Amino acid sequence: MNIKDIKKEFPIFDNKVHNNDLVYLDSANSSQKPKVVVDRIYDFYTKEFSNVGRSVHYLAVAATNLYENTRVLVQKYINAKDPNEIVFTKGATEAINLVANTFGQKYLKEGDEILITELEHHSNYVPWHYLRKSKGVKINFADVDENGDISIESIEKKITPKTKILAITHLSNVTGAILPIKEIIQLAHSKNIPVLVDGCQGAPHLKLDMQDLDCDFYAISCHKMYGPTGLGVLYAKKKWLEELPPYQGGGGMIGEVKKEGITFGDLPNKYEAGTMATAQVIAFGESINFINKLGIEKIEEHERELTKYGEEILRKNNSVKLIGSPKNKGSVLSFTLDGVHPHDIATILDEDGVAIRAGHHCCQILHEKLGLAATARASLGVYNTKDDLDQLNSSINKCIKIFNS
Amino acid sequence: MDLKDLYQQLILDHGKNPRNLGKFENFNKDAKGHNPLCGDKVHVYLKLDENKKISDIKFEGEGCAISMASASIMTELMKNKEEPEVKELIDDFLKMIKDSPELSSKIISEDEKTKLMSLSGVKKYPMRVKCATLPWHTLVSAMTDKPGEVNTEKED
Repeated sequence: MNIKDIKKEFPIFDNKVHNNDLVYLDSANSSQKPKVVVDRIYDFYTKEFSNVGRSVHYLAVAATNLYENTRVLVQKYINAKDPNEIVFTKGATEAINLVANTFGQKYLKEGDEILITELEHHSNYVPWHYLRKSKGVKINFADVDENGDISIESIEKKITPKTKILAITHLSNVTGAILPIKEIIQLAHSKNIPVLVDGCQGAPHLKLDMQDLDCDFYAISCHKMYGPTGLGVLYAKKKWLEELPPYQGGGGMIGEVKKEGITFGDLPNKYEAGTMATAQVIAFGESINFINKLGIEKIEEHERELTKYGEEILRKNNSVKLIGSPKNKGSVLSFTLDGVHPHDIATILDEDGVAIRAGHHCCQILHEKLGLAATARASLGVYNTKDDLDQLNSSINKCIKIFNS
Repeated sequence: MDLKDLYQQLILDHGKNPRNLGKFENFNKDAKGHNPLCGDKVHVYLKLDENKKISDIKFEGEGCAISMASASIMTELMKNKEEPEVKELIDDFLKMIKDSPELSSKIISEDEKTKLMSLSGVKKYPMRVKCATLPWHTLVSAMTDKPGEVNTEKED
């Protein structure tokens, strides 16, 4: 892969930040967008716009086809069995809320337990939290180890006869740990526990195969996959989408509406109430085409190499403390600097055009466990190079110089 | 933008070695400030004596250099100030941080003004203004016995 050419496909890199080239190291937060995705939104609104699935005119039929085409692209990208197992949502957060809400409504009762982990992003904890009050369920946390990893044993230890669902991240947005989710899913299934995987960091960086993983639910954030904001995907096995009640009511999700009662539509319409983020869905098709054109395996390899390089140079830097050394690490480099608060690091790096994130990265449970109020995080995307990481290191040295002067 | 304006020697010094850090026994007013998005925390303790004068003031906290330096400098300036002076200084500081080029208060010396103005570098960094103002709003809360935690991330 020629990264310089790939970078050229992202118009954002034509801009300067504080008179410097942009070194974008915040892709775990949100990735930048290639021109094909941005153009697709413009073209749809200027040449092809109509609402989908409602009218019979030419534009409506064409828009519906484009919209459904993305569903098939997503299905193939994650190797789901059926396109009807793909539900569009307003984000991965809504995807998880959808499951927590409908699964909780139908299957959970007082005293039941939900198992999550200490690595989870708030979006895979808070949606379940509501069920504590509404259903009287208990939430258990599998322990993260000193490497920032979750072992199969730590999951097994927290499974009880009352565990009704396991919700777990695929790739930690703080420690970078890639969890052995296939084995974890097998373990949970051997005890009849369905599994939701928070794939926000998994989907943009790892090759996915839903049929091989055999998970029950997989949540995807499209804006982290070089796609538009305001869009997520919920993959769910067909039997769940058929069994679970609808999440939101409105137009498009109904069968027959009468004064005495309502029947609901078939999949996937049952879960897509109201006018959906049509332009975003259609543009997201281009994000998948973009990833497919490069090849997710090639992207994985490039990012693995870069992560290794980043770890190497940061480990050589005596002032830097890397957070997490999991067995299998995704492209996330969280760190702290002796005597410099992460927010001061982020401000000083920004001056050099280096964009990182500082804070708890929506993982307060993990940060409490680590005994840290905040960390700095550099995270990678397909457009990053070794030069970017060298610039990160030299800007980190600038922080140290300022604070030790 | 200039990092040298933001991270002046005085700020770095107060950030690394905050003055009046800790808690003392006989405080009679206190308040907590917490910016949950960034994690900065400050707890201001003070003793307001019978003449409505701050006879002692300290703080506990953790956070970035800006928030810690701001709390440190604030507590230095507030010691032995009477209630109306405290109010005047807070208003003056917050006005300066928001839009005024200078401090107008006549209560503090030129040296003290220079010290306080060392925090003016944050004006060019809108995302960091909340760090500098957190201790000051927390002091307001302590003085007025306002319940609950202060959060300067919610300000516009």
